[in-house]
Amino acid sequence: MAATTTTVHGAGPIAGSRSFLDRLRDGDEIARLVTFVFAGAVVLITCLLVFELWRGSVLPRHKFGFDFFFTRVWDPNSGDFGALPFIYGTLVTAAVSLVIAVPLGIGAAIFLAELAPARVSDTLQFFIDLLAAVPSVIYGVLGVFIVIPMMRQYIQPALKSSLGFLPFFSGPAYGIGFLTAGIVLAIMVIPYIISVSREVLLSVPRDQREAALALGSTRWESTWRVVVPFARTGIMGSIFLALARALGETMAVTMVIGNTPTISTSLFSPGYSIAAVIANEFTEATGDLYLQSLIELGLVLFLLTFILNGLARILIVTTSQRSGGAH
Amino acid sequence: MLRKLSALLVVALATAVSLYSQGNLLINGAGATFPYPIYSKWFDEYHKAHGNIQINYQSVGSGAGIKQVTEGTVDFGASDGPMNDEQMKAYQDKHGSAILHFPTVLGADVPTYNIPGVSAPLNFTPEALAGIFLGRITKWNDPAIAAANKGVNLPNSDIVVVHRSDGSGTTYIWTDYLSKVSDDWKNKVGKGTSINWPVGLGGKGNEGVTGLIKQTPNSMGYVELIYAAQNNIPYGSVKNASGAFVKADLAGVSAAAAGAAKTMPDDFRVSITNAPGKGAYPISSFTWLLIPAKFSDAAKRDAMKDFIKWAVTDGQSAVEALSYAKLPKEVVAKELKAIGQIQ
Repeated sequence: MAATTTTVHGAGPIAGSRSFLDRLRDGDEIARLVTFVFAGAVVLITCLLVFELWRGSVLPRHKFGFDFFFTRVWDPNSGDFGALPFIYGTLVTAAVSLVIAVPLGIGAAIFLAELAPARVSDTLQFFIDLLAAVPSVIYGVLGVFIVIPMMRQYIQPALKSSLGFLPFFSGPAYGIGFLTAGIVLAIMVIPYIISVSREVLLSVPRDQREAALALGSTRWESTWRVVVPFARTGIMGSIFLALARALGETMAVTMVIGNTPTISTSLFSPGYSIAAVIANEFTEATGDLYLQSLIELGLVLFLLTFILNGLARILIVTTSQRSGGAH
Repeated sequence: MLRKLSALLVVALATAVSLYSQGNLLINGAGATFPYPIYSKWFDEYHKAHGNIQINYQSVGSGAGIKQVTEGTVDFGASDGPMNDEQMKAYQDKHGSAILHFPTVLGADVPTYNIPGVSAPLNFTPEALAGIFLGRITKWNDPAIAAANKGVNLPNSDIVVVHRSDGSGTTYIWTDYLSKVSDDWKNKVGKGTSINWPVGLGGKGNEGVTGLIKQTPNSMGYVELIYAAQNNIPYGSVKNASGAFVKADLAGVSAAAAGAAKTMPDDFRVSITNAPGKGAYPISSFTWLLIPAKFSDAAKRDAMKDFIKWAVTDGQSAVEALSYAKLPKEVVAKELKAIGQIQ
């Protein structure tokens, strides 16, 4: 783009204004301007968001400082606010959901892209896209009426009797809590992983597969050793999209997590997440410190997403460099 | 042709809208969600009787209602808990005039529970309720519960406490009551729309609490009377200040208000939990409209005064159909006098 403009400038003996008019008539300049404004708006909105969250949380930032991140108490009556249980709950539920969703999602994507007949793949993709469009409150309702009773009656007792020696599976089985929230989140993010990973796998050039097959590898070897590594960056992208969704999910989480700010190694324990507490308490928050502490929680969630996204970028860059060196 | 027609339609619509809004007085309010069903019915009926007055109400929550009326973004607010002195002062400082409280209807909280094998309605003493919610009474067959329920075979199982997770007037009433009957609760936990719960799971909304209780054996929690009544949720009786076990109903709630009417302060900011009176249900509360004492717009002021007068008199006949308790006569008389303070 920049190169073409310079050549036009250099070649045209006519005045610059005319060439600008020409370009305006062609539509290039208009398209450039309009798309630039759109791209700029994204940056602007992000900055505005951070600025508003920062400005809106002056009181707790001054009063608590960095202690806000490490305090376990959340007491609107005494005016003590700390984010630690909420940060913990957000990270744990997101981690549980990814542990479940990543193998399932990528496995399904490999089947759809590499092994299933095209018609089956396209039909299933239609249903997966439908799943991705289901509102989260519906997943929450499913969680309340199906996942919670199932967890309490079958899954949690089973986990307790088989893996009860681990600290993750101890304590009373209420049916709600970190594990249940993680499972519901997993169901919600799997469509994202499948959808994006399938597209990425489908876009791997045919040569790659054919070369592997020509060298004598089986179908599965060509898929697992050649196609999947080739698509690795894209697959990771799908996982980070899923992570972002899991971190910010509000409605479905608050319906199944138990809404109690606790920090416990047991996944059976009820917990709380940042998005859920903001949604729950914002409307009835009285007093400036209370309201601003909730806004600061929003800032913390933003920060958390920012850090995890940054780590993701670094991971993608380093792994793609490594694979580049191997070739 | 089509374009001309649609242009004509747009012009016609625009004129209609501008004509409509010109002849109409629009009053905006925001606040509590608990009285929303009756408020929306009142505003609708009032609009039918006075075609030129339209009252908009957003049920955004008591906290947001107080905030918005203080900031002056709405004409009036509504809250399930009275504004505290600090909030009253903030309003006074900003507007140079006071804000007035007008009770409109009454509501109550009821204790609900799910104990497999127990179908008899349970009796709860204030000590038992405070003990359970403080996490000190942990078993259903604890003597503090069993003593008030002779003949009921209570199991030796852990009590799962369920409370509201969202900030709510329901929680305010419940914790206000516990603060009155238990010094430990008052000093360690306190009252508010959201609090730092010593024990228990949080459910979002009345429906969230009910859902958790229905699904969790040996659980107990609290919901609004109106919600329990409309959804046929069984609930227990509570021992009131005069020692009688009262099962919540509209008459019991009104009785609590009547009991408190004698000692009603002039600004109506009063809690009627644990009210005196034989039939008084102890976990009851008013819900209030928050009306500025000074309106800059005379038309709005007159409409607002007329509406409040109508709501506390004729409007009360619509209240019980929606499971709210009526204001007692003494309070209505006092309010009609107080309307004069709006200028």
